[in-house]
Amino acid sequence: MQLTVWTYEGPPHVGAMRVATAMTDVHYVLHAPQGDTYADLLFTMIERRKKRPPVTYTTFQARDLGADTSELFMDAARDAQKRFNPAAMIVGASCTGELIQDDPGGLSKTLGLPVPVIPLELPSYSKKENWGAAETFYQICRVIAPHGPDKQDHGVPVCNIIGPTALGFRHRDDVREIVGLLERLGITVNVVAPLDASAHDILALKQADFNVCLYPENGKIACDWLKRTFRQDYTKTVPIGVGATQDFVREVCALAGFDEAHAEAYLKEQESRLPWYSRSIDSTYLTGKRVFIFGDATHVIAAARVARFEMGYEVVGMGTYSREFARDVRDAAKTYGVEALITDDYLEVEAAVQALQPELVLGSQMERHIAKRLGMPCAVISSPVHVQDFPARYSPQMGFEGANVLFDTFVHPLTMGLEEHLLHMFRDDFEFNDEAGPSHLNHGGGHKKPEAETETTPASPTEDALIWAMDAEKELKKIPFFVRGKARRNTEKFAADQGLWEITMETLYEAKSHFSR
Amino acid sequence: MTRLFPKPDETNTPVKPVSCRERPVLKERGQHEVFCGLTGIMWLHRKIQDAFFLIVGSRTCAHLMQSAAGVMIFAEPRFATAIMEERDLAGLADMHDELDAVVEKLLARRPEIRLLFLVGSCPSEVIKLDLGRAAERLSTRHNPGVRILNYSGSGIETTFTQGEDACLASLVPTLPAEPVGAPPALMVVGALADVVEDQFTRLFEQMGLGHVRFLPARLADDMPPVGPNTHYLLAQPFLTDTARALEDRGAQIIQAPFPLGAQGTHGWLKEAADTFGVPQSVFDKAVQAPMQRAQRAVALHRERLEGKSAFLFPDSQLEIPMARFLHQELGMELTEVGTPYLNKRLLTHDLNALPDHVTVSEGQDVDEQLERCRSLKPDLTVCGLGLANPLEVEGLTTKWSIELVFTPVQGFEQSGDLAELFARPLNRRTRLAV
Repeated sequence: MQLTVWTYEGPPHVGAMRVATAMTDVHYVLHAPQGDTYADLLFTMIERRKKRPPVTYTTFQARDLGADTSELFMDAARDAQKRFNPAAMIVGASCTGELIQDDPGGLSKTLGLPVPVIPLELPSYSKKENWGAAETFYQICRVIAPHGPDKQDHGVPVCNIIGPTALGFRHRDDVREIVGLLERLGITVNVVAPLDASAHDILALKQADFNVCLYPENGKIACDWLKRTFRQDYTKTVPIGVGATQDFVREVCALAGFDEAHAEAYLKEQESRLPWYSRSIDSTYLTGKRVFIFGDATHVIAAARVARFEMGYEVVGMGTYSREFARDVRDAAKTYGVEALITDDYLEVEAAVQALQPELVLGSQMERHIAKRLGMPCAVISSPVHVQDFPARYSPQMGFEGANVLFDTFVHPLTMGLEEHLLHMFRDDFEFNDEAGPSHLNHGGGHKKPEAETETTPASPTEDALIWAMDAEKELKKIPFFVRGKARRNTEKFAADQGLWEITMETLYEAKSHFSR
Repeated sequence: MTRLFPKPDETNTPVKPVSCRERPVLKERGQHEVFCGLTGIMWLHRKIQDAFFLIVGSRTCAHLMQSAAGVMIFAEPRFATAIMEERDLAGLADMHDELDAVVEKLLARRPEIRLLFLVGSCPSEVIKLDLGRAAERLSTRHNPGVRILNYSGSGIETTFTQGEDACLASLVPTLPAEPVGAPPALMVVGALADVVEDQFTRLFEQMGLGHVRFLPARLADDMPPVGPNTHYLLAQPFLTDTARALEDRGAQIIQAPFPLGAQGTHGWLKEAADTFGVPQSVFDKAVQAPMQRAQRAVALHRERLEGKSAFLFPDSQLEIPMARFLHQELGMELTEVGTPYLNKRLLTHDLNALPDHVTVSEGQDVDEQLERCRSLKPDLTVCGLGLANPLEVEGLTTKWSIELVFTPVQGFEQSGDLAELFARPLNRRTRLAV
């Protein structure tokens, strides 16, 4: 039994819903009690989809449990087929449905429905949403894809894009960006799936020479199967950030059988603003900003690379809730000399953020709340998503345009370069005081709650007993507010380590030099 | 309580139950597009300030809570989920030991908690996890610091607001007994926003009913006493089990319309006033000014809404009184009024006020109901979050019903706000030119 306040992922049947909803003509019959329909609002409200998810819930009640819930399932499946006339159906159970062991797969077989029915086994008590999406899409491929026509020679390299789903973090825009990139390289995109794919498109998967695995969390199981079954290799690089996009271009060119010159010629033409913006002197202030990154594995690994090598930040902590990809994140973390935090307990993440006191948090909506509480700047780079993660504008994370978006995303929450100097210079000015936050972030009234960090950092008993001398306290106030909390904490830690009882101005500067990087 | 007026039993007018007029009800069985009772925790945990709600359930329950809450408004709310895992179900771990450990951890983290609800879910009900026994055991262990109760908010037994009903019903047996020979007392039952509660308290005071108690109270140790001299007035229509539990303890119901809109609130207060023999002049003096304010505020919106048709999907059991308000006070034409569950006794006044031609439906088959709605093309459709945007795309104007539950809408001072909630979607339609 696990005590949970918030959860990073929903149950696996929500993953299945993300696949069914992404596709155009697949219907999902879910053996579930009333109340499980809440998941519809994720799609209609958070993602603002224009149609209800194609899901029928059997809605069994307590009084049905003694009677015949399997009859209820069969009626629902029969009715759904008649009413919605889908090209294929997937059937399964939610967490409660699983407990009553009605075997939706077996039951629907006996119905003899006139469409392919794909049974799902999604263990709700051990697996989660992303795995559920990956498994569902794999099962759909496994049942439908082999029946497609044999592969033909198309004269040009052909690929599929695998992994985007409904409710994904910027999937809609990433697909547009990557389809454009591939087409400009001279690679034909055969099928994008599951997002906007039909059952008929699944039949056509065979036609590709290779697959682009855009979101490993949702697409890798299917990609592995496609590789085994149709000998289609797939990409390992996720094109988020300038470097990763360049690597991705080289990788797809190799898979497409193009020579290296083809890839390099293409890359030479590309203009991403990120490299220049990062080298522009205005960005000097970004140097070594301490950043903490948490989210799904794909976005965390990518964000760390961008943060460290493309923005010049320092990665002080990173981790993921995607246990299936823990090893990848651990390996990536080694590059930055940190240990990956693998957990789906948001309180643990909060504790890590609190201990590390980063200057920027890159995470999901959960980390946004943690950062807000701790008074830290934060940008959202990964699921779980909320309505604001579906912006009206074109806002991909992938490809060269995605890299531009990332530059803005990673900089926006921070105090801008010149502004930082001004804040320092005018810190005693009554209007331009250092409690005024960055002007581009409207905090209402311009007075940010000062010292949020020290208020929320529980000091250890020894650090508690420390006394700040008046001059040191005064000097501390001269440090810009956005680093003051950290300075206080570091100084107290230093003093405690040194066995000092009182912090003088001397101690403050001793500590500063001790911790200076 | 100061007795300004004769006691009810001294007025010699025994309360006669008002009965419900016969009318056909369309009962449906099919896919229900409603929340389960766990969702009630969303407002209950804000209402009872030192209570904590621990759902014993699955990841789905936890996911529901954060999705339905409009996501994580409070960094650490007073609710959480103990997620059952494979090893619990496979019997590798003793579920009760596990639960004890979770509660231990929780209470260590939140020492200010005085009342803990163990809330049953679909999976915990299906595997017949005995939370009553767990609550008893844990109560003994944490006595006297924390009281531990249990109720079920599972979707196989409760819809949406029935969760509050189950919660309050679990509280009733623990309420202190009223002292022997206690004077008649008024208890208002059902969670109301604090601001609404305070308004009602003032109004009752002006009528000479100076010691009204509310269930639930804002603090766990401040729950009202109950007994044969308690007259209870429901502020929410979905409290079937709570009403029964109160009556088991001798309390008497005051049948009334629900306090929505000027007329609803007036009727609600009047029934209470009559029960306690408040003279007409005193009553009129107390309600006159706020009643007029409410009527003026409602009239502003009536212009826009009069003659417009409305279709209400089942959601919170507030649909019948809402429909009465739309019909009587805003002049709207009702087509179908759906409710997840219809308690005719509690809704008598409001139900009798609906015109005969209105279809009242109970339960749901969402696809069938959507077809009826589409063919009726109402000017305003009141429905849940899962349906609203798709219906807007089809050209219908919708009002999400959940807002009617999460917003303070009861009482005179909120009548204008309530009318505005229905007027806004139509207003928006006429404003937009894109």
